[in-house]
Amino acid sequence: MINVDIRKRLGDFDLALAFDSDAKVTALFGPSGAGKTSVLDMIAGLSRPDAGRIVVDGAPLFDPAAGIDVPPDHRRVGYVFQDKRLFPHLRVRANLLYGAPDDAGLAETARDLGIAHLLDRWPRHLSGGEAQRVAIGRALLMRPRLLLLDEPLAHLDRARRAEVLRLIERLRDTGGVPLVYVTHDANDIERLGAMRVDL
Amino acid sequence: MLARRDFFGKAVVEALVTLPLVLPPVVVGYLLLLAFSPAGVFGALGAGVLFRWTGAAVAAGVMALPLMTGPLRLGLEAVDPRLEGAARTLGASRARVFRTVTLPLALPGLVTAAVLGFARALGEFGATQTFVSNIPGETQTLPLAIHALLQVPGQDAAAGRLTLISVFIAFAALLGAGVVQRRAAAHRK
Repeated sequence: MINVDIRKRLGDFDLALAFDSDAKVTALFGPSGAGKTSVLDMIAGLSRPDAGRIVVDGAPLFDPAAGIDVPPDHRRVGYVFQDKRLFPHLRVRANLLYGAPDDAGLAETARDLGIAHLLDRWPRHLSGGEAQRVAIGRALLMRPRLLLLDEPLAHLDRARRAEVLRLIERLRDTGGVPLVYVTHDANDIERLGAMRVDL
Repeated sequence: MLARRDFFGKAVVEALVTLPLVLPPVVVGYLLLLAFSPAGVFGALGAGVLFRWTGAAVAAGVMALPLMTGPLRLGLEAVDPRLEGAARTLGASRARVFRTVTLPLALPGLVTAAVLGFARALGEFGATQTFVSNIPGETQTLPLAIHALLQVPGQDAAAGRLTLISVFIAFAALLGAGVVQRRAAAHRK
């Protein structure tokens, strides 16, 4: 269960968004520039709302009224960035394990994501789709209680899109971790049976 | 800190750090001498520093610092803060992010700073001479020793040996820095 109610001044417009979702997949839908990424940043703790409240599974992450603003490293919110942000000085294996408590899940996750053969590569030698899957694996291996995906389907060709969509469906059906993802394509939302939040 | 934070009096601190670059080294040495003399600001520390090898190290450090802050700052500024944010979401504390992301990615700048600082420290003459004098076995640095030998007729061979050592140290430092630099660059776009 995710409860979000946030307000933040961004440049010359006010971002205000409130939603409660207990869906397995929640889609933030809106045109570019609507502040979708800003919402994810605030849920992850990378930026601070001016006011409001963020609660995940009953645990408040941001609640100024109660003096709570959990730092990002204690939120256990996995975040797959649109620009991936893999660490360029670490091989794929070390990237995957950066936030993991141990390497128990590495082999299985790498196999599920189809990146087992890439573990010894440097990030700069990965294709866009491969980097995307490594970024998803890195966020999953930290065992998050919530997974944020920022436009995971953008900038992918048709075949890769279908692949990542299947991957998200599999996460939805087996992962047990709720997903919040950002999109500007209404078709994806229907296909994933996601709860749609407009902004 | 100078790279990332804005704080009150930052410009003054920057100017103070840079000052030794602009002042004649002899003046810097004399100011250090005044500061560490019994009546000076650091008078309490004077006994451990004045006319000791530690004083030579202080002089070399003060002279090297302004050359090092530039590349250090460039190196730190070149690190993408978005990568640091990503590391935080993965559960890393600020300290761990600095150690595992910021420092390794700033490595080229750190190496440049080290080489420049080392070069300045190795060649430092005026401030050392004025601050802690030229005492063989205590405050006699390589350039001071060479200069002393050259004042005496017939010591050309000894001066030559020290000159060779200087060249060797400088060469080894540059080669070492080059290796680290290339390794650091290899994994980056």
